[in-house]
Amino acid sequence: MSLIDINNPLNFTFDGKAHSGFEGDTLASALLRSGVRIVGRSFKYHRPRGIMGAGAEEPNALVEIHEGNVCEPNRRATTIKLFEGLTAKSQNHMGSVNFDFLAINDILHPFLAAGFYYKTFMWPKAFWEKLYEPIIRCAAGLGKLALTPDPDSYDKGFLHCEFLIIGAGPSGLLTALNLGRAGKQVILVDEDFHMGGRILSENYEINSDGGIKWVTEALNELENLPTVRLLLRTTIYGVFDHGIYGGLETRTDKIGAPGPRQILWKINAKHAVLAAGATERPIAFANNDRPGVMLASAVRSYKNRFGIDLKNTALLTNNDNGMLTEANHIIDIRNGHHITDVNGRKGVTSVTLNTGEKLKADYVAISGGWNPNVHLTCHKRARPIWNDTLSCFVPDGNTLSSDMSVIGAAKGTFSTHGAFRDANKVSEKLGCKTIPLPKTEDRPIDVKAFWHVKGTKRAWVDFQNDVTAKDIILAHQEGFSSVEHVKRYTTLGMATDQGKTSNVVGLAVLAEATNQTIPQTGTTIFRPPYTPVPIGAFAGSHRGQHFKQIRLTPSHKYASENNATFVETGYWKRAQWFSRAGEQGWRDSVDREVIMTRKSVGICDVTTLGKIDVQGRDAGKFLNKVYVNTFSTLKVGKCRYGLMLREDGIAMDDGTTARLSDTHFVMTTTTAKAGPVFKHLEFARQCLYPNMDVHLISTTDQWAQFSIAGPNARKLLQKIVDPDFDISNEAFPYMACGELTVCGGTRARLFRLSFSGELAYEISVPARYGDALIREMMSQGEEFDAIMYGTEALGVMRIEKGHAAGNELNGTTTATALGLGGFVSKKKDCIGKVLSRREGLISDDSMTMVGFLPVKQGDKLTNGAHFISKGETAKALNDQGYMSSVAWSPTLETYIGLGFLKNGKNRKDEVLSAVDFVRHNHVDVKVVSPHFVDPKGERLRV
Amino acid sequence: MIINHPLLGPRDSSEFSYLGDAALLNRPSAKSETATDDFYRYQYLRDNPPGEHRELWYHEHGDRSWLVITRNMTTHAITKVELARDVKRAMIEASKS
Repeated sequence: MSLIDINNPLNFTFDGKAHSGFEGDTLASALLRSGVRIVGRSFKYHRPRGIMGAGAEEPNALVEIHEGNVCEPNRRATTIKLFEGLTAKSQNHMGSVNFDFLAINDILHPFLAAGFYYKTFMWPKAFWEKLYEPIIRCAAGLGKLALTPDPDSYDKGFLHCEFLIIGAGPSGLLTALNLGRAGKQVILVDEDFHMGGRILSENYEINSDGGIKWVTEALNELENLPTVRLLLRTTIYGVFDHGIYGGLETRTDKIGAPGPRQILWKINAKHAVLAAGATERPIAFANNDRPGVMLASAVRSYKNRFGIDLKNTALLTNNDNGMLTEANHIIDIRNGHHITDVNGRKGVTSVTLNTGEKLKADYVAISGGWNPNVHLTCHKRARPIWNDTLSCFVPDGNTLSSDMSVIGAAKGTFSTHGAFRDANKVSEKLGCKTIPLPKTEDRPIDVKAFWHVKGTKRAWVDFQNDVTAKDIILAHQEGFSSVEHVKRYTTLGMATDQGKTSNVVGLAVLAEATNQTIPQTGTTIFRPPYTPVPIGAFAGSHRGQHFKQIRLTPSHKYASENNATFVETGYWKRAQWFSRAGEQGWRDSVDREVIMTRKSVGICDVTTLGKIDVQGRDAGKFLNKVYVNTFSTLKVGKCRYGLMLREDGIAMDDGTTARLSDTHFVMTTTTAKAGPVFKHLEFARQCLYPNMDVHLISTTDQWAQFSIAGPNARKLLQKIVDPDFDISNEAFPYMACGELTVCGGTRARLFRLSFSGELAYEISVPARYGDALIREMMSQGEEFDAIMYGTEALGVMRIEKGHAAGNELNGTTTATALGLGGFVSKKKDCIGKVLSRREGLISDDSMTMVGFLPVKQGDKLTNGAHFISKGETAKALNDQGYMSSVAWSPTLETYIGLGFLKNGKNRKDEVLSAVDFVRHNHVDVKVVSPHFVDPKGERLRV
Repeated sequence: MIINHPLLGPRDSSEFSYLGDAALLNRPSAKSETATDDFYRYQYLRDNPPGEHRELWYHEHGDRSWLVITRNMTTHAITKVELARDVKRAMIEASKS
């Protein structure tokens, strides 16, 4: 009884040719049914290849599905559920799959052995980049990527359960029934689109009836158990710490189907039962990669599950399980027979035996024994052990994680009866009653280890990477004896199949070459993922705008209406400048914004600066610990500039902090450091000073804040602030702050602060009034020609004023270097104080921030330029410092710069070369004070 | 990994950010004569034991508490999760007596 619905035919194309299959087919079974023998070309030698397996282990039948921007390469034809309209293409050929120009590599094979690239493309050195690499890149890889955005949708989700059962073959299904009947929370996953595992592919009887009938009944019951969830087409690709399992569910391969195409599940389980089955392995003999050479288990899958008779088959087996395969010729290794060659370049025509006999055959079924799928037992560092009787690696109970049990073929229990028995045992161990064991076959596998037919011709071990037995032996002869080295030298076990059919055979060939046993030779380590996981699934819905959030300032809408150009600063979009008619470029706009602000009044949205509310009886004391200067003495109604250090003595951030009451401070941070400063403050509060009465909360998003700067700033504000509040220079002097109301009763905070050097204020209102406030201020400001300015003008004005910003607080500079050494209080300890006094940071030679002007009027300055004393050669040894910020000052009509210079405070008026080898701009500069505009600070106090 | 938060119960580790050795709780005194050397050790020298290790994690996408987590560096088994402020308070108490 097959699982094919012949009443439901499906049309598809392969390499442009129309074919049809049935509901229940995989792409591979449909191709076999259509008589397609060659489905791709091999990686290195471009040899014709056919379908070899029937599941995830498939090394040959890698295809591209879909076309154009939805094309997906390297999909295993054996795991693609056939659907109406599927288009698939073979890979890795130049010309057609039946006549591939690159098949010349097969004739050149004596030159293309292991390590070929390492040996050949070494000399001359210059050829690598110019010649070899482009050619190799062109020939390398299998499928081709679409190179355009993936239009499919993906999602991510979390699942929680007591028991995760991985694999729904006989042992997994029976365990799920036992646990599900006991009311346990169970998730049963299987990578196939039909549950049942090997039962679907064999014709065993269970309880004196067809195996598929037992599976159907079990699934019917499981679907109705309320605590059991079944996940089809879901591969557990990784096992992670603390009971976390990564699962990839493929919902559909159709394009444009509703919902996500794939879901990446993060499954939390108290205990996992691994019932992942086993994978049959091939045997290496000459030309064993011819199309038509298949795993015996796959031949039975295609017959029993898909109803395809592969006629005229020769069977090569070393065990009893292989004997289940219907074949015209049986070549039993245990009787001393084996195959020495396979004939037929584009498909098997005959095989030659060691007796010299030649047998006609269209297909060769190989059974070299079974490898338990132990991969997932290894992800948490457990290592499998070799079982000589079964000739395979089995999980080691001693190193296995205690929250995982392994049952059935994954454990090396190869009979169906044994699988059921394992299931009942583990169910009892997990505290559940069991159902009577279903009656079924209990055949021993009776395997005789046999890996490799020695000979002069190439015998394939790893089909996907074109690694032959000879390559492994050559690697050993060249000194690569460790299995890990052999893997990397030959590429054995790499790529999409990760050696599911080749690893153990490769190990056995290496063991023979080194005269060691397999356990002495070792095993390579299995790491996630078990099968490939598309990057799109890891991204899930976090792409485009959902990858990175966007934060808009309260004046964003107003700014958009007024021709603002925006710049990304972290998650924020800030107005960079505002263009007006007639302005030729950004410099015109920025110059105008600076000039008009210094002449009358300009407004800038500074909401993005971090705002942290600091409250509590010990708030002042706490700020003394995190700032270099003292805050406990700050009077209510006043602001103070503060500098914060990291514990290593380097400047971390700066800003102003205002005291609104005895127990209430409002701190501002720079935009970029709002998050890190908050984390740092919480560290200080919880980990260093837990007995202080102080609490912190971020209020960045709660307050819209604007800077109003320029000689007319007060006049404009007086039209906004309600008349009950006196903000005259006497009543509200420089560095004053207070809570008041604006626009007829709206709650606001006013701070008299200046970053630009002008008479300036910062006003904040609850964020929801931000848009209304900017519109009101701009409207009231018309009589003063008030403008909005962006971050560029903000930057120009702060450089003109000599204020440090991100370019100066760059993670390498100290308080002394910033010219703020005097701020560090001598009376108290603070974070970073001790280490800031280290010799190297305070020596005369240490860097100090100074200003720079070009010697020749009009010369352009560039930041990043390095200073070299006049007459010295421009080399690292003579480096005197670097330019950190530059701007064209429309106020002074020259370029100006800020930078760090060795012993800078004592080098005023010295002329230096500023050399910039990146932008090829070398100019002579003069050292000046960093305060270019209003050095005495008179403007901000009027 | 799953971190069993003392107040919030088991949480996915993706909610947390990692800082490192919990020895950072032990900030030296700035008044000591050996302060420079003490701070150098505090800031730069760390043990990297192959077994149990006490380390600081921050519940950044959660309640913003700092935690002291005792984790085995080879098996990743977490044996203890404490609020850092409780640990620090106990250290202050112990230094008084």
